Amino acid sequence: MTDSRTPRLELRHASKSFGRVRALGDGSLALWPGEVHALLGENGAGKSTLVKILAGVHQPDTGELLVNGVSRRFANPAEARDAGLAVIYQEPTLFADLSIAENIYMGRQPRDRLRRIRYDEMHREVDALLASLGVNLRAERLVRGLSIADQQVVEIAKALSLNANVLIMDEPTAALSLPEVERLFAIVRALRERDVAILFITHRLDEVFALTQRMTIMRDGAKVFDALTADMTIDAIVSKMVGRDLDTFYPKADVARGDVRLSVRGLSREGVFRNVSFDVHAGEIVALAGLVGAGRSEVARAIFGIDPVDAGTVSIAGRPLALGKPAAAVRAGLALVPEDRRAQGLALELSIARNASLTVLGRLMKHGLISARSESVLAADWGQRLRLKASDLDAPVGTLSGGNQQKVVLGKWLATNPKVLIIDEPTRGIDVGAKAEVYRTLAELVRDGMAVLMISSELPEVLGMADRVLVMHEGRISADIARAEANEERVMSAALGASPHTLGRAA
Amino acid sequence: MHAPKHKRHNLLAGLVKSRETTLLVVLIALVAATAAVKPGFLNLQNLRDVLLNVSIIGLLTAGMTVVMLMRHIDLSVASIVGVSAYAVGRLFVMFPQMPVPVAMLAGIGIGLAIGAVNGALVTFGRVPSLVATLSMLYIVRGADYAWVHGGQINATSLPDAFALIATGSLFGVPNLVLIALVVLAALAVYLKQYRGGREHYAIGSNPEAARLAGIRVERRVMIGFLLSGAIAGLAGVLWLARFGTVDASTAKGIELQVVAAAVVGSVAITGGVGTVMGATLGALVLGVINIALVVLRVSPFWQQAIQGALIVAAITLDTMLARSVARRMMRKRDHG
Repeated sequence: MTDSRTPRLELRHASKSFGRVRALGDGSLALWPGEVHALLGENGAGKSTLVKILAGVHQPDTGELLVNGVSRRFANPAEARDAGLAVIYQEPTLFADLSIAENIYMGRQPRDRLRRIRYDEMHREVDALLASLGVNLRAERLVRGLSIADQQVVEIAKALSLNANVLIMDEPTAALSLPEVERLFAIVRALRERDVAILFITHRLDEVFALTQRMTIMRDGAKVFDALTADMTIDAIVSKMVGRDLDTFYPKADVARGDVRLSVRGLSREGVFRNVSFDVHAGEIVALAGLVGAGRSEVARAIFGIDPVDAGTVSIAGRPLALGKPAAAVRAGLALVPEDRRAQGLALELSIARNASLTVLGRLMKHGLISARSESVLAADWGQRLRLKASDLDAPVGTLSGGNQQKVVLGKWLATNPKVLIIDEPTRGIDVGAKAEVYRTLAELVRDGMAVLMISSELPEVLGMADRVLVMHEGRISADIARAEANEERVMSAALGASPHTLGRAA
Repeated sequence: MHAPKHKRHNLLAGLVKSRETTLLVVLIALVAATAAVKPGFLNLQNLRDVLLNVSIIGLLTAGMTVVMLMRHIDLSVASIVGVSAYAVGRLFVMFPQMPVPVAMLAGIGIGLAIGAVNGALVTFGRVPSLVATLSMLYIVRGADYAWVHGGQINATSLPDAFALIATGSLFGVPNLVLIALVVLAALAVYLKQYRGGREHYAIGSNPEAARLAGIRVERRVMIGFLLSGAIAGLAGVLWLARFGTVDASTAKGIELQVVAAAVVGSVAITGGVGTVMGATLGALVLGVINIALVVLRVSPFWQQAIQGALIVAAITLDTMLARSVARRMMRKRDHG
């Protein structure tokens, strides 16, 4: 038995940078046997990087990792696994075409004297394992077709069969329904009783109180606080998670609110978002805040007609919009600057001018051919207005910095003269200087009467730029907060679903 | 909760099994239909022809299956058959007393060498297998042409012992068919019963998860190309025994027949799914169709069109099945 006064797993002052981006500054964590430990923090606080260091996916630049008090360094995931660590990611990594038993025993199948796989023994053991977890799954069943919850159970069974004594679960409940969450909790509690040390990452604070004994809170890539769960309250957790200074300047102009430009009523998509209704006026920036996975981008995609909806209506400047047709949305005056500009917003190999003109090719036609000259004129015009830093408009967009790429995407959509601009994570992955310019551009657009719906996971940005903050929690709009009343605590508690009604106090 | 889950399990298992059963039914229906129209179709000579033809294609299809399971493809097999057949023929010209096993080993060795190049290009060179093996198809065939230089090997150069591979039989089953059956059975056992065999499935099913599970992916991919090459080398030797006459264009173009047979045999082009049994049935179905179309006097051009239509039908069916499984999964999750 391990000495219970030594942590099973301890990470001390770990840091990790990717290029110039510092993903983790000072990560510390101690997991004790027989305890469930919550790891909390906003998106981008460095939780995933920390988990990947524990899992052996990344190697820390500095800091120390101790297993049972002994210093270790994992060069790859297999070494972490052999040291008794099992990681269950949000999206399980399984072989869909193989049976549950084979998934659990891949590479370690029991064999007979001729080294043939003993399927009967393997199935017997896996059936026993699954029964001990109290789930109704059969060893021979194919993984293809299993729900995410069942796939997680398979991952847990795999961890158990490896005799893992540290189990790391990265937002395991994000994709689960309530009964599935309860089943998972029952399993986790049983594992705790078997003396497994468990790290549980979640955004749902009620789960923290229901399941964990200890917690570590991270902010801006560093551990800021740890405590016994029993000593904490939701308010205390939220304030530790968000308590930081606003150190960036937001050029928010006060603009008189105009007519309703975008009106969304009762928009629903089964399993994604429900009954979403809001208005965006001319001259107004409305922020759509919430955690990743709350359904914000999905709402934007549905409004723009990329994803289907089950119910609801959208109108642009009073005219109803035919949903499900992006081309109609563009004609009606809607522009969408997507979240992932590299994958969704740009053709990286094409030139800046080509990219900027993609949305308005029809206007640039001469005798049925695209005029390269008017393309360049258009790009130069928008480049100037957005202060694009590019020496050559014929250079591939992929050679630009993140901030300048974002300007090209913005310019491409502004060229369509939209009435409503939907911008998803406007400043993700761009440096501070470029951020300020994106904010300035947004402020100018609003001054000229644009209606802007801004989806953002960065609280300072939301509070600094938005006239109104809509907060989404698990597919519903959980709060509508005016600029004057918006603060980090209010937005964060709404995003965590900890509004006074749903809060209560979980056991 | 219990009952429907169990039912779904059976349904899925049944689906997987039924793909091979379906092929068998299609095969029997084909034979019966052709025999009904042309009663002369069912004779021993036709049966022998089908088996001899399908043995070689079937072997190649099984080798291709191992590669396709890992989301790769080996287009060089026909060129390997050609060069192996000619090279072994040359060896017999030079050493008429060469024992048959040595001839087989020589063919397998040639296949292994080319397979090793394929595997090295794909694993170390990170060249997509389609491009790597397509290049090898041309390189090997081109080298073959240069070497053969318009010549050919004739049956008269081959010793009688070697010809027995195709002409001799055991309990009425041609030796060549027996050899193919032994190799197919060994391959089937490897893929089903051995850890290494299961790793081919794991890699094709989820390469990232395979790596996380500690599988040495590069090594296993290399083994796949070596297997496919070795089998193609052996198939070249069998080809020489069966046809006796071999020149530089031997077996040209059959790689696509092989891919077609694998696809019809429900080996997924996207990896992770397929069995030697299915692949062999696929080769049999295509082989029987070919002979049936000849017997029914269909023009050779239409034969190709019909083959093409079959492949499309097989792939469409595959995709539709995969989609319906995915949809069922979604529905289940929504209603949790």
